[in-house]
Amino acid sequence: MPAMLRTLAQKLGLMAHTFPGGIHPDMHKLSAAAPIEDAGISPVLILPMKQHIGVPCTSMVKIGDKVLRGQKIAKSEGYLSVPVHASTSGRIVKIEEHAIAHPSGMGMPSIFIEADGDDRRDESLEPITDWRNVDPTILRERARMCGLAGLGGAVFPTFIKLVQDRRFPIETVILNGIECEPYLTTDHRLMVEQASEILDGMAIIMHMVGSSAGIIAIEDNKTDAAEAMQEALTNKDGMDGVHIEVLPTRYPQGSEKQLIYTLTGREVPAGKLPMHIGVLCQNVGTTKALRDAVILGQTLTERIVTISGDALPRPANLNARIGTPIRSLFARQGLEDFSNIQVVHGGPMMGERLRHPDIPVVKSTSGILALSQQAINAAHTVENPCIRCGHCSEACPASLVPNLLADLCRSDQLEKAEDYQLFDCIECGACSYVCPSNIPLVHYFRYGKGQISLARREQVFAEASRQRSEGRDTRIERENAEKAARRSRVRKTHAPKPAAEPTTEAVASTDTASTTRPDTKPIPEEKS
Amino acid sequence: MESMNGLIYALASLGAFAFCAGIVLAIAQKIFHIEGDPMIDNVDALLPQTQCGQCGYPGCKPYATAVASGEAEVNHCVPGGERTMLQIADLMGVEPKELEQEASAPMLAFVREDECIGCTLCIKACPVDAIIGAPKQYHTIIADHCTGCTLCVEPCPVDCIDMLVKPELIEHWAWPLPDTKRSQLGHERREQHAGHA
Repeated sequence: MPAMLRTLAQKLGLMAHTFPGGIHPDMHKLSAAAPIEDAGISPVLILPMKQHIGVPCTSMVKIGDKVLRGQKIAKSEGYLSVPVHASTSGRIVKIEEHAIAHPSGMGMPSIFIEADGDDRRDESLEPITDWRNVDPTILRERARMCGLAGLGGAVFPTFIKLVQDRRFPIETVILNGIECEPYLTTDHRLMVEQASEILDGMAIIMHMVGSSAGIIAIEDNKTDAAEAMQEALTNKDGMDGVHIEVLPTRYPQGSEKQLIYTLTGREVPAGKLPMHIGVLCQNVGTTKALRDAVILGQTLTERIVTISGDALPRPANLNARIGTPIRSLFARQGLEDFSNIQVVHGGPMMGERLRHPDIPVVKSTSGILALSQQAINAAHTVENPCIRCGHCSEACPASLVPNLLADLCRSDQLEKAEDYQLFDCIECGACSYVCPSNIPLVHYFRYGKGQISLARREQVFAEASRQRSEGRDTRIERENAEKAARRSRVRKTHAPKPAAEPTTEAVASTDTASTTRPDTKPIPEEKS
Repeated sequence: MESMNGLIYALASLGAFAFCAGIVLAIAQKIFHIEGDPMIDNVDALLPQTQCGQCGYPGCKPYATAVASGEAEVNHCVPGGERTMLQIADLMGVEPKELEQEASAPMLAFVREDECIGCTLCIKACPVDAIIGAPKQYHTIIADHCTGCTLCVEPCPVDCIDMLVKPELIEHWAWPLPDTKRSQLGHERREQHAGHA
């Protein structure tokens, strides 16, 4: 009932819009007060060929090549892709598979760079200080060239969103500084320490999409960040259309669609993008990286990583080079022994549990956590029957019915699961978090989604094979017909003499029987 | 006599109605006549289109034709496996049958190019035109189009074609079911429901 009353109040304008559901987990922001430190350069950096959503890159370097920091070492092979850059100067020592943060435990082809310690930059990219007078398409190409992908964790290639489309003009630019995942504090610290640079990036985005209104969204557990941003905003010229919105803390407020609904009251339709309703949402870290790409001409070679967890002696926020092995970061913060410790890549709600700490920092590494067994709650491995309490439906920020969806996925009724909007699930984990029976709901949804896309892929392949097979059959038929036609032509033109005699005989033998047949006539004519 | 009259009226009216209905049906059949058997296409759409011939028919469409006409059983498609068999049985409204042969892992053909003599025999055998080559030129297989049907292996005079297990791509990896007892139980129930424990 309260949910219905709330919806009604929102519709009548008595209450601010807010996304449905959500949870209030313990935030554990252990590193909130720790200033960003530089993590230094690891002796060997490991750069996976794909660090974004989309098509993998292909290597442009060979073993033994010398590279500079920021130099492109792998090029993108499709539209939905951004290149990979060397994150320090040095020598390419090997190119082979290396473990990455992926639930399958599979590796990814990676480029290994041995740092030479000089950290010389590739300065071929000109800084664009006068960006207000530069065409947005040039800036967009700069964002692509610099390898920018959403640093909030989804790593969607940034340049794709930064487009002026006459059909979908962007009215509002939202700067996402919510950071609702427990433990993570990268965006928080960035806003506190580099507010002015973030605003420069936001101004560039607003110039690129041709919008004058902007909202900076921050949760109320980060008041220092909101104050820093407010101060920077009052000192900045030409940002009158931008204001700061401090929202009550709730998970998953930082999810793009949920945040847009809370701020604008507009819902992103299923299967559509925020640009289709005139909104652009960017993470603060990405915005800062865009500013560096444009104003400084720097490619994406480093990012801020929260290193935290109850099993870590010194939680911190590190400015780490992309490709730094996370084991060395843990060692820097005083953790060397990983027995009875669960390492997580990303936040505790949506991150990946890692089998071992031997993966590099990639563009999506917003945080790395070392959690003790108590913290991850061992009881979660025992799944109990659903008691129909409905807590999961109340917690779902996408207004789905998780217990029903999980049943459908478990019993492979995938078409039905799709009807119940399985693909609207953002996998935030709120339902699994509140479930008193410890049902791994999100895991079931991932299974269901995987099976559906597998079946779709197989169907596409089968359809292509069917077309190829049919094409082959018609070709063979045509070739045979042509061959037969050629053969009969050859018989007519090339061999009139030997063909003539049996024909006359045949005509003669059938002469009596078919004197009335007109088609026997041309042959004697031909003979003469 | 009264009851006799009633019987006659009833028979006559029902007979007249049946006659009219018959005429309407006959006309409808002419107007809504469908060329070919739509069932063939429906069955064909469920088949994996490997064109491998393991079912004993020269391709997927011929097998679909045989299944639709009731000549063939529903369980002959080897690469389709259990799922395809269940789908066909469901479509045809027949009882599911045990598979004769387990589907192997998805395969890909690979030509060892230094041994290839360029005879084009495999190209002629490939049902989906997935081999490129010309006489006395090395042949190679387009991995993206190969259905793993193995039909090219037999005609090769120098045995230079290998069937390799299709490498699993990280982009195509799918989450398994959660490793809990209840998730397994759910699956067993589904299988019982489908008629084969």
